[in-house]
Amino acid sequence: MIAAITENLTGIGRRVVSAVWRIGNGTRFLGLILFHSGTSFRRFRLTVKELFFSGVMSLIIILVAGMFVGMVLGLQGYETLKRYGSESALGSLVALSLVRELGPVLAALLFASRAGSAMTAEIGLMKATEQISAMEMMAINPIARVVAPRFWAGVLAVPLLAAMFSVMGVFGGYLVGVVLIGVDEGSFWSQMQSTVDFRYDVLNGVIKSCVFGVAVTAIALFEGYDAPPTAEGVSGATTRTVVESSLAILILDFILTALMIQEG
Amino acid sequence: MSSEALVEIRDVNFAYGKRPILKGMNLTFPKNKVIAVMGGSGCGKTTLLRLIGGSIKPTSGHVKVNGQIIHELDRAGLYAMRRKMGMLFQFGALFTDMSVYDNVAFQMREHTNLPEEMIRDLVMMKLHAVGLRGTHDLMPAELSGGMARRVALARTVALDPMLIMYDEPFAGLDPISLTVVGNLIRRLNDALGATSIVVTHDVQESLKIVDYLYFVADGAIIAEGTPEEIRASTKPFVQQFVHGEMDGPVPFHFPGGDYKKDLNL
Repeated sequence: MIAAITENLTGIGRRVVSAVWRIGNGTRFLGLILFHSGTSFRRFRLTVKELFFSGVMSLIIILVAGMFVGMVLGLQGYETLKRYGSESALGSLVALSLVRELGPVLAALLFASRAGSAMTAEIGLMKATEQISAMEMMAINPIARVVAPRFWAGVLAVPLLAAMFSVMGVFGGYLVGVVLIGVDEGSFWSQMQSTVDFRYDVLNGVIKSCVFGVAVTAIALFEGYDAPPTAEGVSGATTRTVVESSLAILILDFILTALMIQEG
Repeated sequence: MSSEALVEIRDVNFAYGKRPILKGMNLTFPKNKVIAVMGGSGCGKTTLLRLIGGSIKPTSGHVKVNGQIIHELDRAGLYAMRRKMGMLFQFGALFTDMSVYDNVAFQMREHTNLPEEMIRDLVMMKLHAVGLRGTHDLMPAELSGGMARRVALARTVALDPMLIMYDEPFAGLDPISLTVVGNLIRRLNDALGATSIVVTHDVQESLKIVDYLYFVADGAIIAEGTPEEIRASTKPFVQQFVHGEMDGPVPFHFPGGDYKKDLNL
């Protein structure tokens, strides 16, 4: 009985210790990326190339998802606001929900599953097929040449994608609210304009998506670089990227929102 | 082997954790020669290349390349040394997101300030040397295994290294590609005035192209000599290896318990 309890406790302890080690290694890896970031800016075309793969290639899913989220917000918002006779506030509701929360969070979640998982798989496979070792043997630092440009591309891509998500969302809300249901167009836009504050709403949303960009890309790259060089290793790492970055986004979102509200 | 040594390995021990891989290894690789390191799978051949390349450090002993102890160099020193080395990985390790041309041009662009026109000429010359000038527009996924190995070879010699290391260059090749790659190893070494270390278990191909052979078993050198000496050797291990015999000093059976007991007899 005591032996079983001890064994369980040891198991939990071992898992906690290994999780702490992983967080430590991940942080150290992020430090290394930052330290070796010079090349990403000196040869900015390397970063731009990655920005194309992670950002531009994610555009379609972001735009379509943004549009539908906005349309749902338009429908649900109208249904609720109608009860209080405040349909004219629909523009504010759609825009505030998107700019403050849904834009940054959903764009980052979609980025994690579309581009983050691809980054992990790519780096993991480069390692498994000895491309990373080959680069090391050519006296080229793979963190500076392969990892850092992808990191900065991700950090730049997420806020831009979040902004486009919000724009498409507002358009979706307009389509449903104004064009389909018939909310007054003038009040839809003017209410939105008067309630959305640039610093408090828009800028805070941008800050959030920058933080999410750092978190998602760092997790994706670390998992890829740390993946065992086997098929199972890479597939496990890809799954972990999506799970860990989704959780990180939601947890960070709560922390940031709490800080921002206090600040406001 | 009389000429000056480019790589010297002295009393090197190496272990992965508690599992010893190399036990008191002593090897010399003289300049301008092609030397094969042979042995069965898992005998520590690839570990040897990683030690020479400075990817891992020996537990004891030293590895000297061009007069410098490789594992005592700092990162900058190690990278400076690696610029003079080339390594061909087992399956080529070509960068899959770049064309054949960009793969061969990679090191030139990273390490030199040569103008793009000159890089183009050099890349074409390297690809011509391996007979694959016509593939420069293709992606690695469009090449056969043998062709990928030759492109990787062109990339390995892109900056005319003094030392070229080959990790199983013959693995998985058809007989024609095998001869082509074998001849290229010899010709490139002689043309560049380099030194080549070929880690392989392909005896027949090695005997045709190399100047000297080392046989590794169980983490130590158990035989060495020129191809003629190896062919004439009466040592049981060499005999078994050269002729590919099933049983001998390397047993066919993995050690196990009593056979009758396993069959419940």
